[in-house]
Amino acid sequence: MKIDRRDFLKLAGIGGVIFASGLDRSGNLANTARAAEEDFFFVQLSDSHWGFTGPPVNPDSAGTLKKAVAAVNSLKYQPDFIMFTGDLTHITDDDQDRRKRLAGFRDIIKDLTVKNLKFMPGEHDAGLDEGEAFKEFFGETHYTFDHKGVHFVVLDNVSDPTSTVGKTQLAWLSADLKQRDKDSPIVVFTHRPLFDLYPDWDWYTRDGAQGIELLMPYSKVTVFYGHIHQEHHHNTGHIAHRAAKGLMFPLPAPGSVPVKSPIPWNANQPYKGLGFRNVEAKVKEARYAISEFSVKGENL
Amino acid sequence: MKLMKSRLLICGAMAVFLTISIGGYLIAAENEQVIPITAKRFEYSPKEIMVKKGVPVVLEFTSLDRLHGFNCPGLKIRTDIHPGKVNPLRFVPDRAGTFPFHCDNFCGSGHEGMRGTIVVTE
Repeated sequence: MKIDRRDFLKLAGIGGVIFASGLDRSGNLANTARAAEEDFFFVQLSDSHWGFTGPPVNPDSAGTLKKAVAAVNSLKYQPDFIMFTGDLTHITDDDQDRRKRLAGFRDIIKDLTVKNLKFMPGEHDAGLDEGEAFKEFFGETHYTFDHKGVHFVVLDNVSDPTSTVGKTQLAWLSADLKQRDKDSPIVVFTHRPLFDLYPDWDWYTRDGAQGIELLMPYSKVTVFYGHIHQEHHHNTGHIAHRAAKGLMFPLPAPGSVPVKSPIPWNANQPYKGLGFRNVEAKVKEARYAISEFSVKGENL
Repeated sequence: MKLMKSRLLICGAMAVFLTISIGGYLIAAENEQVIPITAKRFEYSPKEIMVKKGVPVVLEFTSLDRLHGFNCPGLKIRTDIHPGKVNPLRFVPDRAGTFPFHCDNFCGSGHEGMRGTIVVTE
């Protein structure tokens, strides 16, 4: 089902999926970083785990990402850019296989109509070689960019196998943030949650609290992340954290079962729990209206 | 003579101290339970650890391949397990029960299954 803009906004309002990351803007319009303020869309794709095989979990493991690419291409409101929040590929212990999988993933997403693509690794991509192979294909694992008045920060909390951001990157983040006004709209992308969602399942970042502490003085911060293969919403103070669905297999709710493992495929509801999101960034209000889609393009 | 005895005692004490420091696990406390544990992709050996409530424990971890981790949230204990050395972890179990632990340093394709349990008996 496709929706027009009116339906989208209606859905966003009724479903409570417009999220505020802070107070209304009041600031210096002369700030050049804000000169280009304009609402826009971006898509978040996550956890495609290209290379995974396991028919009981996903009998269409070779086709799911392709379906998602087609669904993104058919969105009525095309995004300005697409962000992949990690685990592009599924883990392999072999360095050459890792590169083959990264290449396979890259070949599939070439079919995306939108060419402004942003990438970051998950631990499956980068945890065994500190991101070496990932960088060969997709560049740096942490960086910033600005788009229409929003400052985006991509944080790498996976290349270090100890699940940390690390002192060096925290210092880099601190230096970057010091250049921002306290009410600047800031969006952070990570793979793992920065907060302790469920450490028993590795759903945390060991030094994530230090990253959140650095972000706390800024009033308009929202974090989008992956890793947990399900939609999830949480706040640490005024900072919103929004987890996205995956594109290979869903995982159970945090702590809902003794041992974390993929939710088996449901033949009556194929692709259930998989999907992506289109996010409307309402820059002046620093709000992000999230619309969830199935891999077949159905608005959920 | 007294001076010599004192020197011998000091040397003896230093030897014991050095043994403790270098070995990392020959502990002064007599009732401390010492348990060697090896870690390798993707298993611990042993993977079931039996301890007694109230008795101090030293888990002596050795990695046979790469960096691993040990995290037992139920007992609030964790350590990194670096290869090439003994990684001791001391604690006193304060309650009985079965407490799962897992590797929390990403180590490869079988990382998710690298698990075990600590059983604390009364």
